[in-house]
Amino acid sequence: MAAEISPRIKTELDYAGAERLTMNMGPQHPSAHGVFRAILTLEGETVVEVDAVIGYLHRCHEKLAETLAYVQYPSIASKTDYVAAMTSEHAYVMAAERIAKIDVPRRADYLRVLVAELQRVASHCLWLGTWCMDMGGALGGGATIFLYCIRERELVLDLFEKLTGARLLYGFHQVGGVRYDVPAGFAADCRQTIDLIEARLLEYEAMLEDNTFFLMRTRGVGVISRELAQEVGISGPLLRASGVDFDLRRDLPYSVYPDFQFKVPVETDGDCLARYTVRMVEFRESISIVRQILDGLPEGPISSRPGVKAVAQVRVPKGETYTRVEGPRGEVGCYLIADGGPRPYRMKWRGASFSNLAVLPFIIPGHSVADVVAIMGSVDPVFGEVDR
Amino acid sequence: MVTVADVRTRVSSFAGAQVGEGDSPIAITIAPTDWLPLAVALRRELGFGFFSFMSAVDWKEDGLEVVAWVDNTDARLSVLMKTRLGVGVTNCASLVSEYRGANWMERECFDMFGIRFEGHPDLRRILLSDDWVGHPLLKSYDVDTPYPPYR
Repeated sequence: MAAEISPRIKTELDYAGAERLTMNMGPQHPSAHGVFRAILTLEGETVVEVDAVIGYLHRCHEKLAETLAYVQYPSIASKTDYVAAMTSEHAYVMAAERIAKIDVPRRADYLRVLVAELQRVASHCLWLGTWCMDMGGALGGGATIFLYCIRERELVLDLFEKLTGARLLYGFHQVGGVRYDVPAGFAADCRQTIDLIEARLLEYEAMLEDNTFFLMRTRGVGVISRELAQEVGISGPLLRASGVDFDLRRDLPYSVYPDFQFKVPVETDGDCLARYTVRMVEFRESISIVRQILDGLPEGPISSRPGVKAVAQVRVPKGETYTRVEGPRGEVGCYLIADGGPRPYRMKWRGASFSNLAVLPFIIPGHSVADVVAIMGSVDPVFGEVDR
Repeated sequence: MVTVADVRTRVSSFAGAQVGEGDSPIAITIAPTDWLPLAVALRRELGFGFFSFMSAVDWKEDGLEVVAWVDNTDARLSVLMKTRLGVGVTNCASLVSEYRGANWMERECFDMFGIRFEGHPDLRRILLSDDWVGHPLLKSYDVDTPYPPYR
């Protein structure tokens, strides 16, 4: 497919006498996962063309970052991928630290990875719940599995509330380290929570993997080929489900990920079922990393730049860098150009979901309208990241 | 397996290419006329098939700069491609024929900076509404530019 490149792919179907219907899905739609508008061109039930319209949540973070100082922006960075706020903040502070060559204490790095992996568990809980709810029907009557997954997610959010005071948008990372230390009893609570979640994962798998309806709705649906996946730049579980063995935590490691042992799941089918399998394994690997961190958390300070008292306290010298973290949705990156002042000169936010959504016009044509919902859910977009 | 040395050797054949010191990423500054040929060489000859992002920077009096980041996932190498368009120039070649991910990324650069990409099949605004006036990420666009709240 190298000759004609266009998002408006026309598939010629033998459907004599039919007329094409242009239908709007979204931006207010229960299965649109946020504010997403897909203008579908249908022949009967089959989608022939998809025009994905985004930008309903555009707040121009990149312009905002030029007006906010390095000490102010991390809390705003969490509002890009608001479902996985910890990984979003991490990318920004790592960029500032890398240019300014600020050392982060080991304890702070361990805490950053701890919250990143707990965040991955919480984010995948939300993904599983909303995806199965969108597919509805026999998969627990719509809201059943959603409430089970949200119940588990609430346990992780309770841990975050004990740690930072906030459930969804934290402001935990700051340039030089982290802002809060773990309170007394946190490690025991954390272990109890992840043990419980690990046991409950077996329930979800039992509910889904033998379910004929689930398999019919996900097997062979929304296949992304290996080459398309790389060219479009989709990342994370989507890339690994299409056969590309690439995980930033292992291959281009950052923070203290080299200290931990974890497996990276790869599937080759590239369909919704493969993406499901990859994320279910990622649940367990994240839980394993959390256990390793709790067993080996070092003592020490939590920040090399504590006590922020002034807006212009952190100045980053001239330089540029691109830091990338493996968020639950894929590669979240911050391309930062600093000019010596307390505010960046330019910040480009590479949102994982923006690139992940760009693959939809290539894979949806040929599927039915019902499959659009299943594919959207398995791609797992968060529109804060798409629109920024 | 492709190595850093292979990349440096191949890129040095482009006239006027400057390659930075570091290995991760390999920063290549190239003339705008070689923007697409460089992408072709990276993807087809050197295996940089993963398209991470593309963006632009407004350097005020020095004009606009377009940057793109591509990876070779097998060799774990990264390349940062940069090109300065020149003072007052807002055209650039499109990479859509090489990397399909450049489609939406170039639409965003057009939306935010006003850069027209030659060869792009569908260049229109992506994040802002179709009737928006101005390109917000240019330094000449003030943060508090008023915009009518009605249509």
